[in-house]
Amino acid sequence: MKKLAVPLFAGLGALGMVFTIWKIFVDLPVDRVLFFNQKIFYWHVAHAFMLFLAVYVSGVASIVYLKKRDPRWDDVALAAAEVAVLFGAVVLVTGSIWAKAAWDVWWKWENRLIMSLLLWLTLVGYVLVRRFAGASGERLAAGLAVFGMFGVPFIYTMVKESDLHPQAGAKGNVMTLVGDMKWVFWASVVTFLFWFLALVIARVSSVRAERELRAVRERGLDAGLQLGGA
Amino acid sequence: LRQAATVAWKDLQVELRSREIIYTMMFFAAVLVVVQAFVFPSRPDLLILAAPGMLWVVVMFAGTIGLGRAFDRERENDTMRALLLVPAPRLAVFLGKAAAITALVLAVAAVCAPLVALFLDVPLFQEPLPLVLSLVLGAIGFAVVGTVFAATMLKVRSRDVLLPVVLYPLLVPMFVAGTRVTAEVLKPRVDLDVVWYWTGFLGIFDAVFLVLSLWIFESLVIE
Repeated sequence: MKKLAVPLFAGLGALGMVFTIWKIFVDLPVDRVLFFNQKIFYWHVAHAFMLFLAVYVSGVASIVYLKKRDPRWDDVALAAAEVAVLFGAVVLVTGSIWAKAAWDVWWKWENRLIMSLLLWLTLVGYVLVRRFAGASGERLAAGLAVFGMFGVPFIYTMVKESDLHPQAGAKGNVMTLVGDMKWVFWASVVTFLFWFLALVIARVSSVRAERELRAVRERGLDAGLQLGGA
Repeated sequence: LRQAATVAWKDLQVELRSREIIYTMMFFAAVLVVVQAFVFPSRPDLLILAAPGMLWVVVMFAGTIGLGRAFDRERENDTMRALLLVPAPRLAVFLGKAAAITALVLAVAAVCAPLVALFLDVPLFQEPLPLVLSLVLGAIGFAVVGTVFAATMLKVRSRDVLLPVVLYPLLVPMFVAGTRVTAEVLKPRVDLDVVWYWTGFLGIFDAVFLVLSLWIFESLVIE
């Protein structure tokens, strides 16, 4: 079952991607207001959803890890955070491209962009901590993930209530999608969900393998084995 | 709670005897204010817009320095372990530490706010109550989140760099709310609705993260 999960999700993701790309570029009508550049929306927003999902997966897994001290949950948190950094980068890049096309600037201090940026920064912090903090970095990073998760509603209220920068130009809203656009959008969300799951599951098993290898190596060294190589 | 007060009092007493952190923090903050007075445009109408950001950045930066130093002190003699072994609830240790940090940050804010008002000639004190309240809430929030992470970081490599890296993204909502209040206070006609909205935001932020910290602190610091 476990061995099947990665190829299964990756395969479904690949199928979905071929299908949605075909739908997006060949089949769907061009948006009336935003014209051709509206098409990036199907990827941009789907990635943003995965970023949110990852923040929560990582936060919840970290709580369980801290309370139960079971390193397997820590593997999940790390894998989700790493993959989320990747997805977040896609969100910011596609958002930037779209902003250039729609508003003629590369970056606008717009609510959803600010929110994605802050979540992404928290996760980058998480990965930095894991990489450079050494011995007790796991707990520190777990704390960061938990606090980051609880910070989401505050960031949301903050960007919504504060007129940080004026909003200009309507951005495609999920609720305003009509007909085919709506279900193709959700299809691409599901596609990237599969893709996300495939990456996370694959990464979880590699993180676990790394951890187990380290443990075995340490036991070997304790037993006085001479280990060559890295 | 009495135990928490004991821990806080111990920290403050150590500090009052050496005055190391408080002097360096205050001086650092004062220097920052001066530097910022130079690097920002000096037109009065622009300064009034920049002043809230200056105040909060200075307080938080100085706070980070104090926070790192306060926990270095525990690390040098490995007294943090002793503190955690004290037959008292660990939450008391946490609360005491956080209270001491809050006091330090507030001391710095008490010096910075008049300095900003003086050097930049902005009417910072026309509504003293919301300003003071927002700074107190900001100091509490900073101290709570900061204490959790500084305590977790005691054994971590490159902790001086990682502390702000971890702390600041989490504190952004607090910064924004704090500067909102300060900016509103600086306006010729203060809109109290805005002030209380963001002060309430700060209060809820503090409450949520305080509860969260109390819940998670123990599992973070125990090895």
